[in-house]
Amino acid sequence: MDLNFTEADKAFRQEVIEFLSAELPADISRRVHADLPVSKEDTEFWHAVLHKRGWLTYNWPKSFGGIGWSHVQQSIFEEECATAGAPRILPFGLKMLAPVLMAFGSQEQQEHWLPRMCDGTDWWCQGYSEPGSGSDLASLKTTAVKQGDHYVINGQKTWTTLGQYANMIFCLVRTNSDTKPQAGISFILVDLATPGIEMRPIRTLDGGQEVNEVFFTDVRVPASNLVGEENKGWTYAKYLLAHERNGIANVGISGQKLARLKRLSLTQKRNGKPLADDPLFAARLARLEIELRNLETTNLRVLDGFSKGAGPGPESSMLKIIGSELEQNFDDLTRRALGRHAQAHTPQVFEPGYNGPQVAPQDMANQSAAYFNKRKVSIYGGSNEIQKNIITKMILGL
Amino acid sequence: MDFQPTEERRMLADMIGKFIQNDYPLKERLTAGASALGYCPAAYSTMAQLGLIGALFEEEVGGFGGSGFDIATVFTELGKGLVVEPLNDTALTTGYILAQTDQLDLVEQIVLGEKRVAIGLIENGADYDWSAPETLARKTDAEWQLNGVKTSVKFAHGADALVVSAQTQSAPGISLFLIEAAATGLAEHPFQTVDGGNACEITLHNTPAQLLGAEGAAYPLIDAAAARATLALCAEALGLMERIKDMTIDYMRTRKQFGSELGKFQALQHRVAQMLLEIEQAKSAVINAANDLQAPTDERNRAISAAKYSIGRIGCAVAEDAIQLHGGIGMTWEYDLGHFAKRLVMIDHEWGDQDFHLMRFAES
Repeated sequence: MDLNFTEADKAFRQEVIEFLSAELPADISRRVHADLPVSKEDTEFWHAVLHKRGWLTYNWPKSFGGIGWSHVQQSIFEEECATAGAPRILPFGLKMLAPVLMAFGSQEQQEHWLPRMCDGTDWWCQGYSEPGSGSDLASLKTTAVKQGDHYVINGQKTWTTLGQYANMIFCLVRTNSDTKPQAGISFILVDLATPGIEMRPIRTLDGGQEVNEVFFTDVRVPASNLVGEENKGWTYAKYLLAHERNGIANVGISGQKLARLKRLSLTQKRNGKPLADDPLFAARLARLEIELRNLETTNLRVLDGFSKGAGPGPESSMLKIIGSELEQNFDDLTRRALGRHAQAHTPQVFEPGYNGPQVAPQDMANQSAAYFNKRKVSIYGGSNEIQKNIITKMILGL
Repeated sequence: MDFQPTEERRMLADMIGKFIQNDYPLKERLTAGASALGYCPAAYSTMAQLGLIGALFEEEVGGFGGSGFDIATVFTELGKGLVVEPLNDTALTTGYILAQTDQLDLVEQIVLGEKRVAIGLIENGADYDWSAPETLARKTDAEWQLNGVKTSVKFAHGADALVVSAQTQSAPGISLFLIEAAATGLAEHPFQTVDGGNACEITLHNTPAQLLGAEGAAYPLIDAAAARATLALCAEALGLMERIKDMTIDYMRTRKQFGSELGKFQALQHRVAQMLLEIEQAKSAVINAANDLQAPTDERNRAISAAKYSIGRIGCAVAEDAIQLHGGIGMTWEYDLGHFAKRLVMIDHEWGDQDFHLMRFAES
């Protein structure tokens, strides 16, 4: 057992830090640190910077143009990106669809779609959930009926994150209703410009708009857009979800939030003294720091297991539960640290030319909205209850 | 011992419930909460006419209630309707201070809903402590003048006057002052609150003010007013939690996944059962606080802190768990739950959070 970083890992970390300090613009970093909604421009800009350096596909296998970083290096990269306030790499194409295409797509599909994800031609979004099919995803009802060399799609998808910026969507559709639900699902790629598609925004409780409903009416999609075999989509979907959960421990983001909280606790006052001196607050902060230290090692242990085995497995459910709850707990404590100011909702302070009062401390003006927004992380990507079902079945064997 | 509300309070609760059901649609509440004032003046006026403010005051000052249980009754019902109108911030709290300092004409106008008076005690926004204001009051030949900054003064925009705390040069301790909203040197910077509503940062620069009560001796009065405001918040939170629990149970009865209602899954049943028993504990805490509102100071403050701590801890847990049990729909603006949850969590940030009150209880 050796928990030390090697000299090579340390040098790698330094290389990442230097890259970030040279390439990440301060205004983007500020918006990310302030937990403002993701903008299309910031994401596309950052993708282009990473692509130029060859790091956009940092977790892809070498055979598909990845760099072959170890899981430790990948974690270092993610951690430093979070610390620096780099925009999140949009997961839908690069981290979710890409592994599915690599494993199950045709060579033609791989050659066509993978480069387009990297050069920014395509912005992918996800068509999984439906109004009646959330946790029970396999009950989905959107149908795809084969007519000649096309599939005709009818139905509705929901919770499509950042769909308003996307030009492509990958969908789970029902191609067979006469069998058990899981055995009649297919995985298909749809151009959002196809006639018959309507995207409507869903406003979230924090007032933001990042998720959408997508309606499909007689949408004709070339049969060549089917990934893998018809009716095998559930297998691909589970494969994708396991990859989605990979990295969802969000150790880097929680680490950045810990550092921010420590800084905040020195400047905020409680009962006339620095917040850091408040014993109850100090205990709350200590508990989260301990949880994070534990998770850092749990995360590396699980990733190490994946790299030596057959890739992501049910253990990623463990990381999803702990990671999402810890991130939420950091947002919860940040809200508490702001005290009376937590109630203020003044995102306008980030707008250029704003000269009104600064109610909450610098860059904290969106924190309460962010706290409420982050309730989503224990719901999306398979709710934490579903993750517990997976652990119960796949790991405990109960 | 009798835990049944009196006939009068039951009627009061029914009346408020009917008002909310018939005349207080959530859509209009959300619009009002996002407006410049942060509430609807017409709705405020109607509530005053219905006697909702009168119920918060004793007969001697023009009301017909004023006990802890009257306050709890009104605010529990207002919580069930997610009422944003500032009956706590600009009526109950300041009305009590003004009644105790012989400003009876103003109290009468408050009770009738004709005037609103905001309260400014907090100066450092991260802090809940109202015991050491740095705002300075100086006596000139003709009048008192105030200099300082008050933060998170709820619903000060559009109020007729403000009650603020300050130190004076001539006496140790805190003094309270009444300031006209239009007074010279007063600048307000309004901002939205995340739960709907409005608050202001108030800057005072040589602002003329009227001393309320004896110089340097206002702390006990602030403490008593804070007890009323805190009780009202706890009762409001209780009303919110009751509604959130009902919404969650309804959803679990109707939403089907894996071929049956969510309410049939034991793991989820137990969480709602836990929610129920926590809310019952919160209700007992509110009853204790209402009962001890007239008790000697230490006893009163222990009951108030016990309630606010309980409400803070349980409220956040109920809000978070209800959203989780709903899943994605609980995250949306269109569905009522999120708005109730936001208010419930934000109650922990008014008049001291759960840690503040846990410490105050431990130290008392």
